[in-house]
Amino acid sequence: MALFFTQLMNGIGNGAVYASLALALVLIFRTTGILNFAQGEMALYSTYLVWFFASHHVAVWLAILIAMAISFVGGSLIERVVIRPVEKASPLVLVIVTIGMFLALNSITQVQFGSDAEQLPRAYPSKTWLPAHVQISADTLVLVGVLILECLLLYFLLQRTRLGLAVRAVASNPESSSLLGIPVGTMLMLGWALAATLGALAGAIAVPASQPALTAASMQEVLVFAFAAAALGGFDSTIGAVVGGIIVGVAQSLTTQYIKSLSDMVIVVPFALILLVLLVRPSGLFGTQRVERV
Amino acid sequence: MGRSQRTIIGFVCAVLVVAWLIVLPHHYGKTNTVLWAQALYIGAAAMGLNLLTGYNGQVSIGHGAFFGLGAYTSALLIQQHGWQFLPTLLVAAPLCFVVGVLIGFPALRVKGLYLALVTLGLAVLFPDLTKHYVHVTGGTNLVSLDQQHLFPPAWVPTSVSAIGRDDQWAYYVTLGCALVLFVVVIGIVRSRFGRALIAVRDHEAAAQTAGINIASVKVLAFALSALYAGVAGSCSVLIVTNASADKIGTFQLSIQFLVAVVIGGTATVLGPMIGGWLVVFVQHWISTTLPNHVSSTGTVGRVVANPASSPAIFGILLILFVFALPDGLVGGARRLWSTGRARLRSRTPPSPAPAAPLAS
Repeated sequence: MALFFTQLMNGIGNGAVYASLALALVLIFRTTGILNFAQGEMALYSTYLVWFFASHHVAVWLAILIAMAISFVGGSLIERVVIRPVEKASPLVLVIVTIGMFLALNSITQVQFGSDAEQLPRAYPSKTWLPAHVQISADTLVLVGVLILECLLLYFLLQRTRLGLAVRAVASNPESSSLLGIPVGTMLMLGWALAATLGALAGAIAVPASQPALTAASMQEVLVFAFAAAALGGFDSTIGAVVGGIIVGVAQSLTTQYIKSLSDMVIVVPFALILLVLLVRPSGLFGTQRVERV
Repeated sequence: MGRSQRTIIGFVCAVLVVAWLIVLPHHYGKTNTVLWAQALYIGAAAMGLNLLTGYNGQVSIGHGAFFGLGAYTSALLIQQHGWQFLPTLLVAAPLCFVVGVLIGFPALRVKGLYLALVTLGLAVLFPDLTKHYVHVTGGTNLVSLDQQHLFPPAWVPTSVSAIGRDDQWAYYVTLGCALVLFVVVIGIVRSRFGRALIAVRDHEAAAQTAGINIASVKVLAFALSALYAGVAGSCSVLIVTNASADKIGTFQLSIQFLVAVVIGGTATVLGPMIGGWLVVFVQHWISTTLPNHVSSTGTVGRVVANPASSPAIFGILLILFVFALPDGLVGGARRLWSTGRARLRSRTPPSPAPAAPLAS
């Protein structure tokens, strides 16, 4: 039983990472209606920034904050320069553009920071507690803590400030918002900027906690799990992203532990979950059901 | 220019291109012939994907999985059961079709970007499946074939070109498959089924009212595109002499097909072939030719000469291309052609821009 709870805690920790990245995906989907396939590579670049500053003797927490600030600017620039010109294009063109960004960012990261595996330092001491034989690591606590913090900040920003109201207005009806004098473009940039910032934080915390080293491939599998989480929760729901992330993380770690025949293809789990949810309820657990008018 | 004239010009162009493709191995060495063969099978897979994405409006970024399925089927039949290459096509193609039907049914429920996501899962899942189920000597999922496995059958004439008999065989088989698939696409697009594909893409409800069975059209489109990708995968075994799948590779292949469709022109017959050629040759040019032309001094030179930066150049070119020509090369050429013709016909200078509308 203790083993079960240990795996459960690990799963929740991993799930918190997926949830953070899924939150970023949902932010972008809600504001600009795009599935951002480059989200993982944006986070990868930010994480390498953290490593770069940390290896130049900047305190890790400070390095994360600097990387988040740079990502904020970078995210809004990407929206303005790359996404704005194809804003109204077909889904196919949008897929191609974000995939182009995926390729470009991944290789820019390698060119700028080198292709070697790097050790990203932790911002907190590594420690494990054993209440009732259940292993709980500091990693899990920090990951979950950061997720909760992100959710609170996002909730406060989106639901309790005028700025957040404007973002939500633009997301639900850009034309009316623009008639009301809301600068629509700026709000879309803000959506991308916030998503990039979330990704930076997720990468900087998750890589030292759950991966042996930081490499150019660090974010690719995480992104697939984050997509599964977002699909599970419904692409336009922030709560859905969090719940979806935790479910995917727990399902993954329990499968690895208990279904040995699947242990070398854990990716079956999120895939099966996505399929199941999309088949039963295409809008996801928490997403808005779309009614189409003929 | 009348319709019949256009048909004749098109026919002459087609004959010239095919003739060029046939004599090509006589002029090029092995390296270039292999590149052309790759362009042919990437183009073939893209043709199938174009039926699904361009004509039927279902976006897939997972067709690398079907490509892999075809490749593994052929490679395993050859290596484990001693088959010749050609008969393996008769197994690989129907197999991919059936698997396409099986996956096409759940795909009915999801649309647009969600479908892209499900198919992404397919691309990521496939390498794990092969690692789990394919166990050949070496212990990994790499099925590599010896030259003698891929020797052409006895009836094939001896080498008629500069490259070896087996390389020449591999190229011509790929060319033959691509041509057959190309002709089939033309047939499909002009048939009742082709018009049903477009109707379902443009307006599902209206298509249904007109008596089209939406489910069967969509599933059939999915299965056909899977078959195309599978045959392309089988051909790739001849060219690269192995079948393998890793996460990044399968994903990148899927993307290459999609890129070929978009660059060439969605919902055009010729587009995916041209797109496939561009994808292969532009990537080759970026990674081998371009660095030689840039002095590796200075920041820009150093970055361009770095092999790690070729995906970045490709990605940026891709984005710029989509900005400039969202309807692809063939679509853009068609627009140019029709505006040019309209101007010729009216024999008047183009009308001045209309007055700016009141509200925009």
